[in-house]
Amino acid sequence: MMELKFSLNGKKVSTIIEADSLLIDVVRDLGCLSVKRGCETSNCGLCTVFVNDKPVLSCSVLAARVEGQNVTTLEGLQEEAAEFGAFLADQGAEQCGFCNPGFMMNAIAMFRENPHPEEEEILSYLAGNLCRCSGYEGQLRSIQTYLAFKDSQKGGV
Amino acid sequence: MRVVNQPIRKKDAMSLVTGKPVYTGDMVDKNALVVKLLHSPHANAMIQEIETSVAMKVPGIEAIFTYKDVPQKRFTMAGQTYPEPSPYDRLIMDQHIRYNGDIVAIVAGENEKAVNKAMKLIKVKYDVLPAVLDFRTAKDNETLVHPEENWVANCPVGADNKRNLCAHEVSGHGDIDAVMADCDIVMERTYHTKANSQAMMETFRTYTYMDTYGRLNILSATQIVFHIRRIVAQALDIPKSKVRVTKPRIGGGFGAKQTSVTEVYPAFVTWKTGKPAYLVYSREETQTCGCPRHEMELTVKIGAMKDGRIRGLEVYTLSNTGAYGEHGPTTVGLSGHKPIPLYNKYQEAHRFSYDVVYTNVQAAGAYRGYGATQGIFAVETIVNELAAELKMDPVALRELNIVREGQVMPAYYGETCNSCALDRCLAATAERIKWNEKYPCKDMGNGKIRSVGVAMSMQGSSISNCDVGGATIKLNDDGFYALHIGAADMGTGCDTVLAQMAAEVMECDVDNIIVYGADTDISPYDSGSYASSTTYLTGNAVADACTKLRESLQKIGASIMGCSVEETGFDGKKVYRLEAVEGEKNEVSLVDIATASMVNNYYETQFTSMVSSPVSPPPFMVGMAEVEIDTETGDIKVLNYEATVDCGTPINPNLARVQTEGGIGQGIGMALYEDITYGADGAIAENSFMQYKIPTRQDVGRIHVEFEASYEPSQHFGAKSIGEVVINTPSPAIAHAVYKATGVWFRELPITPEKILKGLQEKNK
Repeated sequence: MMELKFSLNGKKVSTIIEADSLLIDVVRDLGCLSVKRGCETSNCGLCTVFVNDKPVLSCSVLAARVEGQNVTTLEGLQEEAAEFGAFLADQGAEQCGFCNPGFMMNAIAMFRENPHPEEEEILSYLAGNLCRCSGYEGQLRSIQTYLAFKDSQKGGV
Repeated sequence: MRVVNQPIRKKDAMSLVTGKPVYTGDMVDKNALVVKLLHSPHANAMIQEIETSVAMKVPGIEAIFTYKDVPQKRFTMAGQTYPEPSPYDRLIMDQHIRYNGDIVAIVAGENEKAVNKAMKLIKVKYDVLPAVLDFRTAKDNETLVHPEENWVANCPVGADNKRNLCAHEVSGHGDIDAVMADCDIVMERTYHTKANSQAMMETFRTYTYMDTYGRLNILSATQIVFHIRRIVAQALDIPKSKVRVTKPRIGGGFGAKQTSVTEVYPAFVTWKTGKPAYLVYSREETQTCGCPRHEMELTVKIGAMKDGRIRGLEVYTLSNTGAYGEHGPTTVGLSGHKPIPLYNKYQEAHRFSYDVVYTNVQAAGAYRGYGATQGIFAVETIVNELAAELKMDPVALRELNIVREGQVMPAYYGETCNSCALDRCLAATAERIKWNEKYPCKDMGNGKIRSVGVAMSMQGSSISNCDVGGATIKLNDDGFYALHIGAADMGTGCDTVLAQMAAEVMECDVDNIIVYGADTDISPYDSGSYASSTTYLTGNAVADACTKLRESLQKIGASIMGCSVEETGFDGKKVYRLEAVEGEKNEVSLVDIATASMVNNYYETQFTSMVSSPVSPPPFMVGMAEVEIDTETGDIKVLNYEATVDCGTPINPNLARVQTEGGIGQGIGMALYEDITYGADGAIAENSFMQYKIPTRQDVGRIHVEFEASYEPSQHFGAKSIGEVVINTPSPAIAHAVYKATGVWFRELPITPEKILKGLQEKNK
């Protein structure tokens, strides 16, 4: 048992963990239920969260490693999630929704890192986010229409 | 139509994209007991001794149950209408272990650590028996998977547990042997498909607790709340009145959640201890103790004339149901009854026979396509092989032979094809992929070859003369409506699709309809969301209930206006006199009707409709794949997939499109990646996403979908199903494209680079 202090979605939190506690379980215990587990082998991308604004698989990070760090889940990105998510919704591509939080996290990370990704860059950046419902095509459309919308907001590129 | 056929956003979309806690695992009481299952390491064994007393001493352990503790009434976990065609061959736990992964003990404790520790301390002595691992040797094998005397088949499906037979049947029409003898060309080939996993992102999971009334509440990721109530009551040997089942949002189903995979175990714990309990299957358990597609070996014989007329088709299917018979007797039927009618035009005779066998591997279940997928791979491939043999264009061969609107389909239970745009689907897909330019292949000059392949598909829309769709519509204050359904939205969007239908009939905005489902205490009965039934059948129940409500609203309006109901109309906002009378009240708003219905009221404002269907109208589809093969390495990439679907009226074109794209994505996985292999101990090698590779977004190429609508007269809006028909074309279309590039037919799935390279090497020897 040990005490863990870190910042979760901008708020300082303190909690008791065990040495082998995983970040996914700790943030879920702290109420961030958007974070989902789809496998145990770091293959599905559902559990993606940000540590210091970089996407990581929270199922594969020991909670003790985020001591003093900034952790962000989709609960802390509601505005961005709603903005881009509306484009996903307008394609009907959210489907069962279970992979959505991890996908949204990584998509948001991509938008921040590379505001004008080419199609191949999108497919490559998000390759670690599995989805069994959509065949990915609607997700791609939603990203492309969202990017076009962002460009039009800025008066075009 | 105003609301139907519109690309409306799913009602739950914004909750899902913003990550709201709406799934089973998000709603579990933190104090719930953690439930885990101890699985057998042997494929066939008797438990000689099981010792749990040491494990019980682990601090925090609440209960450990074994086969000695459970009721001895056999049941099936298949979510089907009673009496289930699947045999009653299960106990919650049995002394006889029948596959590597079978359940040996249920452990419940305060936390995961304690439960994990206790699991390791349970001592089991097994008497290990010879196992039937090859399904080709199962029938009449001296090793019986179900030797027990209390095994029961409730329906006459040709089952015989003393022969390892879960089902057997021979059917057909015409004199197939005479027709074959009279054909210019007769070909026979054998095909093999594997036990693919549905691989929905949310693994199996169930939360159970006792409520105020001492009833067992089950909150579960399930497509079939009403069947779960019956299954759990039977397994626990308790009255059905003691059980309530609800489902929250479901993280994908694809048929997996049409089987009661996890429900009985935490339910048993809660019933025995009175405490809330939660069982979540790991991905490994979901891969190895779930309910995958039935592995099948299909032998197909086709008889045709030199001009391409297909006169006879014969299919023999050997289906592997594994250790238990869930969906065994029913999936197999679709392996013949779905592909054979596609070639209806000149078909004079067909024969369809099958054996479904028990083996000592993971029990199979329901997976999107439900046997049709396997049968269509086999029949569509032999048709492509026939085209090659006849040196005919496979698209032209199909144009000649396909079923057309108005034809009676002897191989489809004698149903008449009342809505069919298959011919248009074929032409449109060929045009879009530029078939005439790309067929058969193009050498790219760098060791790579691009080629195209084609396949067709049909499915059904609900189980005829069996499924029940139910819907309740209720008027509320201010004139909004509540729609209650027993069907299960598992991400497919049926809450929204059914609300669109209700809004169309009630002539209101879809936001004016709230939807609730599914809850066995509250929802009207519905068989559940499977067999491609919800849009077609539950949709008809919605339309019927709404039509009744409209009539009643007019009665209330007429009574307020003081006229007869025949003199009134309803436009969604008000009831009005068809011919205005001066000095009289000529209209009553919906709001006023809603208010009136809550004061001194003598009229019904809530209606339930239950419907069944004597027919199961098939949706149709054509898929064409363009692939690129590296002849040096065998590497294969899907570049483009063109598909055209006839699902009647697409109620929500966006959702129908994504269903299609998703089905094709899964089909591509089945064709190229998703394998299941067993070790000598019966253990599955592909027990995680590390080994069981489902397609990523870099693996599916570009999928492009269009619709060619027909109008199905037996559905209120002309709709047919969409959910299952869409998974069937990739395997045969890709196998065809691979043949065109390599000259080799691959008759076993998946078609991996290793197989392609070996095939090329053998061909070039």
